[in-house]
Amino acid sequence: MKRALALYAACAYAFLHAPLLILAVFSVNASRFTIWQGLSLHWYRAAFADVQLTSAAANSLLIAVIATLLSTVIGTLCAYGLWKRGSTWLAGSLYLSLVTPEIVTGVSLLAFFQWSFRYLHMQLGLHTVILAHVAFSIAYVVVVVIARLRMFDPTLEEAALDLGATEWQAFGRVTLPSIFPGVAAAALLAFTVSFDDYVITSLVAGVDSQTLPMVIYAMARRGISPEVNAISTLIVVGLGALILVSERLREA
Amino acid sequence: MRRLRLLFLAPAGIISLALLIAPLAIIGGYSVLTRGAYGGVERPWTWESYRLLLNPLYGEILFRSFWIAIVSTGLCLLLGFPLALFIAQSGPRKSLYLNLVMLPFWTSFLVRTYAWMFLLRDTGLINTALQSLGLIRQPLPLLYNDGAVILGLVYGYLPFTILPIYAALERLEPCLLEAAADLGAGPWSTVARIAIPLSAPGIWAGAVLVFIPTLGTYLTSDLLGGGKTVLIGNLVQNQFTTARDWPFGSAASIALMAIVLLLLMALRSRGTQDLL
Repeated sequence: MKRALALYAACAYAFLHAPLLILAVFSVNASRFTIWQGLSLHWYRAAFADVQLTSAAANSLLIAVIATLLSTVIGTLCAYGLWKRGSTWLAGSLYLSLVTPEIVTGVSLLAFFQWSFRYLHMQLGLHTVILAHVAFSIAYVVVVVIARLRMFDPTLEEAALDLGATEWQAFGRVTLPSIFPGVAAAALLAFTVSFDDYVITSLVAGVDSQTLPMVIYAMARRGISPEVNAISTLIVVGLGALILVSERLREA
Repeated sequence: MRRLRLLFLAPAGIISLALLIAPLAIIGGYSVLTRGAYGGVERPWTWESYRLLLNPLYGEILFRSFWIAIVSTGLCLLLGFPLALFIAQSGPRKSLYLNLVMLPFWTSFLVRTYAWMFLLRDTGLINTALQSLGLIRQPLPLLYNDGAVILGLVYGYLPFTILPIYAALERLEPCLLEAAADLGAGPWSTVARIAIPLSAPGIWAGAVLVFIPTLGTYLTSDLLGGGKTVLIGNLVQNQFTTARDWPFGSAASIALMAIVLLLLMALRSRGTQDLL
């Protein structure tokens, strides 16, 4: 039984990891086809020379950085407020945002933006993508930061208040520094979900705000290009590293 | 303290109201309006869009979405339970094994779906390998069918079953399993009669966590189903983009939301609160 289980686990891990490993191997293949012809960084060079890919990557980075900053600040404040005393409707609506299917979030935001533009005279663009990303990543930040706050000893904060700190000082100089690893982990997680999102982004993006997942998606639908293998490998390695750091911070 | 707390909650509250509640309310409203002449919506108010959902043509899409979600969920549970059991019994290396499950999960859903396109295409790795071994002449049609969609969904959401089942198994008293063994149960019947019933809340939680996103899937069915596998998610996307029938797309979205919320409510009565 034990042995059968271990054998099964080995197969299951192979199933989970092999597709990405194979993709990485073929990203350094010299041939355009699925036949091994020797090592080459040709497709990486081609990907970096592709203006459409690099400008989309720049958009994605800009969106992810701004959305991460905003959602981390807002989400951390919210988590702290909820930790102090729960708020049924706010916790409920954050829960709702986690369980709403992505496609529904996307079309409802599209309908909302189009409706508000009748009064605001604006268009879809980077700003709408950033707002959408902030909206869906706050819940992730709150979940991670609250988990951290539950490990924090509230008497430390009471001690600071007794010793004459204002509430704001107690939060900024006692609570925040000790939950900081959790906040950083939440920020890295928010960055990954923002950088990777396709479904919601494609619905609320304007003509000038193509993101990297949107370009990859279009290329994947047209057919396989080894350039996509290269850029995909970079994304997996980059985001994978962020997640590893995030996990470490959460356990710290 | 009260004022400070309100100040802390205000930004998230405003964002939730403006970018979550209001958009859902808008599509709720749109779903009972009439399609406008140039896209958009106009009066009169009507239930027509919801009635259209029950039309056999769209009813079939709903049925297929359910069928694919049920099969994917079943497979995820079947494949996920033994792995969760393995992780729960692996002592000090638990967190390493758990991270190995979660790492690919968090990296990039799009890239992981693309990786399967790379493997399954006519000129993909599997077909090329089989052809060069001389096992097949013509490439097998592996991509762009329901099987490919189910494979992509199982691959994408398998970790969602492993986490809650692992959490439930982790809490299981090891002495219960030992007692079963002492009383003469074989390893398989210990699993079937002790581990599975006692981890039922985790299994239910895992099932719902997989069922919800697979029912509403858009990306997987579009890329791996190649437009042939039209599911609710694709229907919604299509109504808001090319077909420009916003009331119908809104009605389909609201129906999807209603199913999701009903499932979550059903789940709450199964003792899964702290596993979700």
